[in-house]
Amino acid sequence: MTRREGSAFSGLGVVFLKEFADQLSGTRMRLLEALIVLTAMATIYAAIQTIKNVVGEDVFLFLRLFTTAKEPLPSFVAFAGFLVPLLAIALGFDAVNGEFQRRTLGRVLSQPIYRDALLFGKYLAGLATLALVLLAVWLLITGLGILFTGLAASGEEVARSLLYLAATLAYGGVWLAVALFFSVVFKSPTTSALAAIGVWLFFTVFWGMIAGLLAPVISPVHYGFPEEVLRQAQTELALARLAPNTLYAEATLALLQPEVRALGPVLPAQLEGMVLGTPLPLSQSVLLVWPQFAGLIAAGVLFFTLAYVVFQRMEIRA
Amino acid sequence: MMAAIETQGLTKRYGRLVAVEDLDLVVERGEVFGILGPNGSGKTTTILMLLGLTEPTAGTVRVLGRDPVREPLKVKRRVGYLPDTVGFYDELSGRENLRYTAQLNGMRGPAVEARIEELLGQMGLLDAADRPVRTYSRGMKQRLGLADVLLKEPELVILDEPTLGLDPQAAHEFLGLIRSLKERGLTVLLSSHLLHQVQAITDRVGLFRKGRMELVGSVPELAKKVLGGAYRIRVRAEGEGLESALAAIPGVLRVRRENGGFLLETERDLRPDVARAVVREGGRLFGLELEEPSLDEIYRAYFEEVNRDAA
Ligand SMILES: Nc1ncnc2c1ncn2[C@@H]1O[C@H](COP(=O)(O)OP(=O)(O)OP(=O)(O)O)[C@@H](O)[C@H]1O
Ligand SMILES: [Mg+2]
Repeated sequence: MTRREGSAFSGLGVVFLKEFADQLSGTRMRLLEALIVLTAMATIYAAIQTIKNVVGEDVFLFLRLFTTAKEPLPSFVAFAGFLVPLLAIALGFDAVNGEFQRRTLGRVLSQPIYRDALLFGKYLAGLATLALVLLAVWLLITGLGILFTGLAASGEEVARSLLYLAATLAYGGVWLAVALFFSVVFKSPTTSALAAIGVWLFFTVFWGMIAGLLAPVISPVHYGFPEEVLRQAQTELALARLAPNTLYAEATLALLQPEVRALGPVLPAQLEGMVLGTPLPLSQSVLLVWPQFAGLIAAGVLFFTLAYVVFQRMEIRA
Repeated sequence: MMAAIETQGLTKRYGRLVAVEDLDLVVERGEVFGILGPNGSGKTTTILMLLGLTEPTAGTVRVLGRDPVREPLKVKRRVGYLPDTVGFYDELSGRENLRYTAQLNGMRGPAVEARIEELLGQMGLLDAADRPVRTYSRGMKQRLGLADVLLKEPELVILDEPTLGLDPQAAHEFLGLIRSLKERGLTVLLSSHLLHQVQAITDRVGLFRKGRMELVGSVPELAKKVLGGAYRIRVRAEGEGLESALAAIPGVLRVRRENGGFLLETERDLRPDVARAVVREGGRLFGLELEEPSLDEIYRAYFEEVNRDAA
């Protein structure tokens, strides 16, 4: 029997492995996997139908697998943008209050681990589960895409789609942290699930509207000067970017559609010297989405920190 | 060497409600200490503060010489804690739950598996060891909880109502277990409402009331304080007019009639005088014994007294 001297992350690995195993063996995982696989199949089917007609006209055919929609099915990207937050919330909404309900928290926290290790272990386990699911879906799409269309993905396309996957993971990480936060704040898993979904709905459905209403108040257009109009558009965009879904949508756009050269309002002056429609090299696209990427990670860190602060001082009465 | 537990002016407030007030508690190493008191008197809150599971509003805590808030790992590595309602991961087996606890304590390897096996055996859980905890009864979970506490080979164990839900046989075995822990030099702090059990295993007890530990000491010490050092003599006798004859003996404070005889409260050991009085009255004497005061009586007498005073 050996005893490890404790660091701040003493027990992190143990917690992570247990939680990861729990996630993978849980029933909710089976349901979510089925859901994800189903949507992946449906969208790939739609995409393949459409793509077959345009083979040869498009250099980034492989990326079109992810972005092509065919009525009535949305594109995979649209599906993922909708499902990943729900998946992340499902993985995290009862992380802490579930242990309260099972009355295991007092027992676990009287073992020699810090509370951070428990919280972080749970977060990482959720993130790893998410990563695993996303990777599986990616492999599914890539495999089926190559099989049915016979197209070969270029190195750049593979890199772009994997970066898109990373952005998706970062986006999922935000909602996982939100769910974790509510699971610390609320004692009932039902409440925390509703709260997390409420926040997600707020940003997805209402925030764009609110940004549209607030922008004219903050930056009014008095005389109709182009500068004024531009400032208002910029304000609206800045407000919209407070929502993680905006950041994610922008990152997705720039990564999967290389011809996107700028995010947000573009001035004619900026377009000078550009050949419209020429794709951006990968490194430039990455530079373009870097702020969005950083924003998503920052949002995740923010909510995790909030959860941590509340959890740290919480009374653990079984 | 420092005491196992030492608190000074320990206080916990919830808003305006004072759950624990100005507690000075010292539990020596190797001691078995019982905390008693009515529901809501602050026992669990005290225990939570000792473990750093809730923050004290004021005062200091030392557990095994360390502050559980500032050095939680060093304290928790050496302290075993059984919460008042113990829970496990339902979908895992008893063995897997114990294994997880072992891993959280950084214990690995075949020696750990052997130790888990041994504890499961000791708690009579070998048959159920590989069944999910979901299928355990209340008392089986409680036993598993005790195994969980002992797994890390603690120096101090803190048990919040440990015999809750145990059947009489298991409760009895549990008392034996506590005694064996004491023999091995462990310190034990436990809260319980089962006073005869507490009396059977503790060296000292503390009586809580409304967040204050109002009395502390060994059972004879408490008896002296609460029952006024009275002797109690149980007389099993039959005969006419015995009650008044007994009451007339100098030194007898009270005579209470009970099944098959009388219970006397006296100033001294008056057994010879009682025997003489019974014989003189022509009564038939079957038994005469000097009674140790029970914790049960002390407890009842104390709370009757303070409640009367409060009313
Ligand atoms: N989170 C809380 N918020 C407010 N008051 C609380 C909280 N937790 C406990 N209390 C109060 O603190 C007091 C002490 O509670 P505690 O749980 O320590 O009692 P106890 O002696 O363990 O009782 P029992 O014998 O029922 O287990 C009670 O009056 C209780 O209502
Ligand atoms: Mg209690």
